[in-house]
Amino acid sequence: MSALLIAEHNNKEIKPFTLNAITAASQIDQDLHVLVIGHSCEAVVKSISEIPNVKKVIHVDDAVYENYLPENFTPVVMKNSENYSHIICSANTFGKNLMPRIAALLDTSQVSDIIKVISADTFLRPIYAGNAFATVKSTDAKKCITIRPTSFDPAPTTGGTAEIIKAEKAEASDLTKFIKREEVKSDRPELGTARVVISGGRGMGSGDNFKLITAIADKLNAAIGASRAAVDAGYITNDHQVGQTGKVVVPDLYIAVGISGAIQHLAGMKESKIIVAINKDGEAPIFSVADYGLEADLFEALPQFLEELNKLNTIQK
Amino acid sequence: MKILVAVKRVIDYNVQVRVKEDGTGVVTDNVKMSTNPPDDNAIEEAVKIKESGKAKEVVAVTIGEDKAQETVRKALAVGADKGIHVKVDGIIEPLAVSKILQKIVEKEKPDLVFMGKQAIDDDCNQTGQMLAALLNWPQATFASKIEVKDKSLEVTREVDEGLETIETNIPSIVTCDLRLNEPRYASLPNIMKAKKKPLEQINASDLGVDTKPRIEQIKVEEPPKRKAGIKVASVEELVQKLKNEAKVI
Repeated sequence: MSALLIAEHNNKEIKPFTLNAITAASQIDQDLHVLVIGHSCEAVVKSISEIPNVKKVIHVDDAVYENYLPENFTPVVMKNSENYSHIICSANTFGKNLMPRIAALLDTSQVSDIIKVISADTFLRPIYAGNAFATVKSTDAKKCITIRPTSFDPAPTTGGTAEIIKAEKAEASDLTKFIKREEVKSDRPELGTARVVISGGRGMGSGDNFKLITAIADKLNAAIGASRAAVDAGYITNDHQVGQTGKVVVPDLYIAVGISGAIQHLAGMKESKIIVAINKDGEAPIFSVADYGLEADLFEALPQFLEELNKLNTIQK
Repeated sequence: MKILVAVKRVIDYNVQVRVKEDGTGVVTDNVKMSTNPPDDNAIEEAVKIKESGKAKEVVAVTIGEDKAQETVRKALAVGADKGIHVKVDGIIEPLAVSKILQKIVEKEKPDLVFMGKQAIDDDCNQTGQMLAALLNWPQATFASKIEVKDKSLEVTREVDEGLETIETNIPSIVTCDLRLNEPRYASLPNIMKAKKKPLEQINASDLGVDTKPRIEQIKVEEPPKRKAGIKVASVEELVQKLKNEAKVI
């Protein structure tokens, strides 16, 4: 049998997390096929066919798939699922929204958010906000799996020549209408894949004060994150939230500023390679996961931090 | 309009979860339990819609052991009209939960079903989407704003890129984000009154749903611990350490 991965893309380019999911999927089954559902997305299909891990690309193109709606994508996956032992997707808001709808129709108990492939039916996944790791074995004949992208390296993107086949559209649904997407455009690296992330919490005190963080992010070419408290307080938009119900990040360097370190926040960042905590409360739980802790008032520490960075001859980008 | 809200009893979000030494799960004895946090947002939203006059009845349903009733009582205390407890012991997976909820929907005939977007114990994030599939209803997941129109909902969803707005036909499933609203607290008089509200008990086995787990839990273990870090005395020292010791900048 083979594995079928559902690609996430915007009709122009493949979304980076799909590459991480491809790595995991090819560990499950080397005969990996990728399903690309979209509209006028030939460029995406071509770039996926060049990924060496991918053996076949199935392309379903129709205006109805211009905007991603699970009510429309699910029938396409169902139509193409027959010859596969595994249906796979990334565990971000795209895959979390889509995969359970497919799993229920296949009568499969989905395995969500895996961080390691132990064998074709056994996986490691975090539970309780990452406070425990569960080894689980799926007994369903057809398995539905979502992949935590940050736990797998992105697949190489050149050198492959996978066969491309066109498949028919499925019945369109009128249950849901797409209205709009408000994307926050930024020249910064994406939060989920950035090498350096600097995050602010409730201690920032206002949205305006995030400029202290922005200045350092500019210097380090970092993505900007936030705790749920900072997003709830309206300091910054939801797409910056790191944590159990936000994004999971695993950068080389994570700098937590004015973040106390609730377990829900730690769930989103504690696998980072190096963690720095800047907080004036020396007892804050964030220090328990920090490699380098600085007990200081952030309003003094951040300008100093920028000054010290300016003194360096070189900074890694 | 009638709104069904599904609530789950989980280990309280403030509890530091500990793994059992024998690797069979996490410690739940003598641990504080409460309603799954985004399920509180789901109840709050349903009650607000009722208060605005757009819904007539809010029904809260939970699935689990006897003590799961506490979550329904809490929902009744903040404004739900009626409760349902579907009794089942042991581990129950989202697929089986959604099949049970499907039976409850067939019986109660709600126009909307709300629930939290994810339970903070198994972190599966599946049930709402699965129920939507089984009923062939639209799904509005990760909702941070819901507007009830004549025959549809306009829902703002929190997605990785930012915000997305969709319109779903009624009947519809909505899974709620923590930012949807600010759940109210139950007042003591309302807690007392809730004890008199109807709470129906159903055995899962009577619904004809197979609840046997399909996923074998082989072991549960502690995640690898981070090595203890150090405190630095100054920003200057911090930057030097990051440059020369950790070599990350």
